[in-house]
Amino acid sequence: MAPKIKHIEGKDKGNLKLYALSTCIWCGKTKKLLADLDVGYDCIDVDLLDYEDQQEVLKEIRKFNPGGGFPTLVIDGKDCIVGFDEEKIRQRFESM
Amino acid sequence: MERQYSEEDIEKAYRKIKSDAESYGYNLNPEEDFTRSLVKGLVINTGRYGYQSCPCRLSTAKIEEDRDIICPCDYRDADLNDYGACYCGLYVDRDIKNGVKKLKPIPERRFLKQSSEESRKEPDKILSVPEKIDSFVRSLESKKIGIWRCKVCGYLCARENPPEICPICKVGSDRFERLL
Repeated sequence: MAPKIKHIEGKDKGNLKLYALSTCIWCGKTKKLLADLDVGYDCIDVDLLDYEDQQEVLKEIRKFNPGGGFPTLVIDGKDCIVGFDEEKIRQRFESM
Repeated sequence: MERQYSEEDIEKAYRKIKSDAESYGYNLNPEEDFTRSLVKGLVINTGRYGYQSCPCRLSTAKIEEDRDIICPCDYRDADLNDYGACYCGLYVDRDIKNGVKKLKPIPERRFLKQSSEESRKEPDKILSVPEKIDSFVRSLESKKIGIWRCKVCGYLCARENPPEICPICKVGSDRFERLL
């Protein structure tokens, strides 16, 4: 079964995938910042997936962030921002 | 569908965690919305897994793999010492509590530990008492752990740095001496 991806509406600023945990406060801050910046993205709350899907998604995340921490924001399948790095997120999306 | 928790459930857990923290010489983050949101995560995880796994880390749902991230996690003291807050920002030091320093997201240290644990396996053999002491001291050194004594009440603890506040008599870390 394909992991549950939720698309969050906003301006198209590339192919963005946010791997998050529904209980994580820093993931929540990242979601809020992306909303404030009106950025559209795909969101996966990994803790809400079943075990098999989690394993699959973790493999995906580790390609970009070997430590596997949350949140991990993958941009266009090549760049990645780990954690709630407000400065990096703003820099990347504010001027676009 | 996951169980929903009432405000009252969260409030009860919040009060317990706060009073425990204060009586053991720790501070919860004074930003109440932030802290309540983390406590809600702990309540949800306790319902999901049967133990209060860290809300900011992915649980495996297997307690033997998650023991180190049961809140308060194994990394709290080191993160409080290095960054003034635990990984989630639930526990903070005095400077952040008093608004002298700002809380920032902190890097994950969890996976640093696993590689060093793997490398410190030694074969079992029968040791004499001095050898045992020597091996004990070396094992503390390799974990960078010291034995600290509160000069006011005599409380002893084994950790990297003395606690910010003595959990027994509440004096500050400057009243601790290092014994080993």
